[in-house]
Amino acid sequence: MSVNRAQRVDLEVVAGLIPSRSRVLDVGSGDGLLLELLQETKQVDGRGLELSQRGVNECVARGLSVIQGDADTDLEFYPDKGFDFVVLSQTLQATRNPKLVLDELLRIGNRAIVSFPNFGHWRVRLSLFVKGRMPVTKDLPYSWYDTPNIHFCTIRDFVNLCEELGATVERATALDANGQKIGLSMPWWFWNFFGQQAVFLLKR
Amino acid sequence: MAVPRPRRSNNEIDAPSSPVLRFGADKPLKLDAGTLLSPFQIAYQTYGTLNDARSNAILVCHALTGDQHVASTNPVTGKPGWWEALIGPGRIIDTNRFFVICSNVIGGCLGSTGPASTNPATGKPYGLDLPIITIRDMVRAQLMLVDHFGIEKLFCVLGGSMGGMQVLEWASTYTERVFSALPIATGARHSSQNIAFHEVGRQAVMADPDWHGGKYFEHGKRPEKGLAVARMAAHITYLSEAALHRKFGRNLQDREALTFGFDADFQIESYLRHQGMTFVDRFDANSYLYMTRSMDYFDLAADHGGRLADAFAGTKTRFCLVSFTSDWLFPTEESRSIVHALNAAGASVSFVEIDTDRGHDAFLLEEPELFAAINGFIGSAARARGLSA
Repeated sequence: MSVNRAQRVDLEVVAGLIPSRSRVLDVGSGDGLLLELLQETKQVDGRGLELSQRGVNECVARGLSVIQGDADTDLEFYPDKGFDFVVLSQTLQATRNPKLVLDELLRIGNRAIVSFPNFGHWRVRLSLFVKGRMPVTKDLPYSWYDTPNIHFCTIRDFVNLCEELGATVERATALDANGQKIGLSMPWWFWNFFGQQAVFLLKR
Repeated sequence: MAVPRPRRSNNEIDAPSSPVLRFGADKPLKLDAGTLLSPFQIAYQTYGTLNDARSNAILVCHALTGDQHVASTNPVTGKPGWWEALIGPGRIIDTNRFFVICSNVIGGCLGSTGPASTNPATGKPYGLDLPIITIRDMVRAQLMLVDHFGIEKLFCVLGGSMGGMQVLEWASTYTERVFSALPIATGARHSSQNIAFHEVGRQAVMADPDWHGGKYFEHGKRPEKGLAVARMAAHITYLSEAALHRKFGRNLQDREALTFGFDADFQIESYLRHQGMTFVDRFDANSYLYMTRSMDYFDLAADHGGRLADAFAGTKTRFCLVSFTSDWLFPTEESRSIVHALNAAGASVSFVEIDTDRGHDAFLLEEPELFAAINGFIGSAARARGLSA
């Protein structure tokens, strides 16, 4: 997944939610950017799970504790509450069973942090509404036929899923197209319309 | 207490050229077979210097037919150490920085007590009178060697294949003595197929009339033909179909056409015969039986009520596992099941699968991705252990 400025901001938001020396599992750790950031700035005990073997090998060569695995099938091997935080960054939409994955995150971690692209963003709505085409944007660069992102949701959808799973939203942040945080005072519909990405801190 | 006595001799079995640690009647080796081995000896090599804190020691565990000469010239073959590409001054496992220990396993034939060693009770080689040796027995002996050096905690234990089994045994049974563990191309148990291949090899040795029920030295013979066949069969399992095809294809050996006979028409036949012949020059046939048996008996989960995760319960050891895509002796799934068990135990674990067509033997070769993974893992473990670069 390409790393652009807005995505880096989302990593910083995630890192900002994690206290020093926490035990962290990063599900879908990619090139290890977040784990590295957390190890350098928060001295966390960090582990990663990543689907792409190339990503894993590069992480391990850089001294990160990462294994190859699939969020859809390999989370069941982790014990209950084995981590302080389980992070799922920009990966939820690529899982086959997001509900099950989220359920597992809440089982494994005392807290779960989930960040995802908001499919309710106005650009996405505009693309469908005006052009009648599946949206291809800077954040969502794939065409519909080759995208790994098979389960998009909006911020509103995600909040509903959290309720269904009995998870409490402890913190939520939406980032606009410039990577700026949207004011806390804004209502949900505003977040859902102008938030390009969302970061949720959950507990159950 | 025995002391190491480096000696030079042509007899690498009883009086090897490498240092030897001898244990007398006061320090027997407890064997899983239920008996005590005493006296016994461990032949070993070390490289580099143990630091004052004794925190920079790396134990290398060798594979089935390996030996202690991991980073220096082998006295029997005259060839470089079997992992010299990885271990040495300025190498990835830098002996200017780390104190590297490698010992010949119990049951081996390069100086540690094995079936070719002289049985003090009879004055003749043990032969099959040596009790069956297990992976755990080998590790128990290595622990006595590590204790001899006064090392409380090994910085790292690493090894491939049978060596990887020893690493797992170390990390399971003596987890508090192991800071980091690097099992490569291995499994937590020997599969049925692997036992089957080993049995073919053992039967080949035992079918050789020169084997003499294991007492071949007393008859002035060695079962060279049987051992060579065993090695040929085993060697195929160390390679991959793709690598064999790439290297040999159906190429003919020093001839233009088929001879319509049973000479080595094909290069692969000639290659395997060569592998078999050179092997018998350096390895003892009975030792081969014992080594293969030790791997067959290894089943770490069975030692812990059938649940592999329980073998690692509460472990603080940092793990890195490595497998190779074309390894069909210890396929990636074997490593993955260990990773899942370690996850369940809450252990710190990295796992790298390396894409190569070189099969099981890839761990002994210069694989850039393998070396990069080892480098990254050792480097971060060293930082965590507070070892200076």
